[in-house]
Amino acid sequence: MPSLKQISRRIVGVKNTAQITRAMKMVAAARLRRAQENMENARPYAWKLRDVIASLAARTSAEKYPLLEVRDPQRIGIVTVTSDRGLCGSFNLNICRKTQQVLSEFPESDVQLFTLGKKGYDFLRKREVKIYHNYPGVFQELEFSQAAAIGGEIVSHYHFGDFDRIYLVYNEFKNVAQQNIISEQLLPIIPHSEMTASLQNVDYIYEPDEKGVLDKMLPMHINIQIWRVMLESYAAEQAARMTAMENATNNAKEMVDDLTLLFNKARQSAITKELLEIVSGAECLK
Amino acid sequence: MAEIQDTILVTIVTPAGTRDEYNVKHIRAPGSEGDFGVLPGHLPLMTSLRIGAIYLDTVQGQQVWSTSGGYVEVLGNRVTILAETAEKADKIELERAEAARDRALGRISKKATDLDIARARLALNRAINRIKTVKESRKD
Repeated sequence: MPSLKQISRRIVGVKNTAQITRAMKMVAAARLRRAQENMENARPYAWKLRDVIASLAARTSAEKYPLLEVRDPQRIGIVTVTSDRGLCGSFNLNICRKTQQVLSEFPESDVQLFTLGKKGYDFLRKREVKIYHNYPGVFQELEFSQAAAIGGEIVSHYHFGDFDRIYLVYNEFKNVAQQNIISEQLLPIIPHSEMTASLQNVDYIYEPDEKGVLDKMLPMHINIQIWRVMLESYAAEQAARMTAMENATNNAKEMVDDLTLLFNKARQSAITKELLEIVSGAECLK
Repeated sequence: MAEIQDTILVTIVTPAGTRDEYNVKHIRAPGSEGDFGVLPGHLPLMTSLRIGAIYLDTVQGQQVWSTSGGYVEVLGNRVTILAETAEKADKIELERAEAARDRALGRISKKATDLDIARARLALNRAINRIKTVKESRKD
């Protein structure tokens, strides 16, 4: 049995850890509230835009717009969105695993990654994958201009044929306790599948003209989707960290309880031992 | 051919989180090629918007929104307005809009770089549009 001093030192240590994890949980909770608000603001616009684009895409001929053109997937890009910081449970590992799973679906193709977030980059660069571009520190200051810059680069790579297909892998915020791991196709844009034949024949009136509208809207759509995914992932990260730190705090509390019990037992046995010694010593003097 | 109903469902969304839906009888919106109106049974239309005011004749009465551009899709009996910004006239603070106008005017008169001037011009147009929208909606 360890000595009393050793046990009490451990209790103090574990208590200190619990204090830190509790503080981290509070910080994550405060950040989560803001992140969740931002994300919920961006969602309806992004979703509505996606609907409109999907229905437009179903009505126009794909050859005219490179972003709609379906090519043989020789070269594939995957945009993986992880976090810059750790201590958020399996948040980043899940994404890295999903990325590897998507990778294994295309053994014939040349797959390269775009990584957002330091953790994913650190994990994946040690594996047998090619990282095309890393965007470090995008979550330090979340701004739309960053999403627009990343979107612009991806669009131009796709445009010039550096990639034939682009996927997004990210954590979707479902609720505070749950994140959904999503992998979806970003480019080429998938047209509405449920388009009935009668609707497909409908001719749109475009103002100023079809090309003028779509040439602007398609890249904007990509930027908005990337922006939404960044906000989504950031909110999910804070939620995951909050849960992880809550668990850590509870585990530390449990550990303190166990150690206190051990400490009391050790103290009691020390007292008993001392008493025995005194009594037997007195007995001898009789 | 689908039956023509007498109202249209209009959805206004912006990246800043506005999301509103109205049943309207008529819409007037500032298209990039000029103002246009939409009545129930309109043909499918896809257009970009310029800075201006959107008038919605809802079942309850007229509503005015100011917008700084975006896109409108008309399809069936649904109209989707994807606006860069959209503010309801009665929510616009006239003082702030006027302050924004004066700030933009000040920047233009200071003759900064071309880029700044272009930006200030846009800001000025937005501010003037907001002021105009408020004044027009108060007239009714």
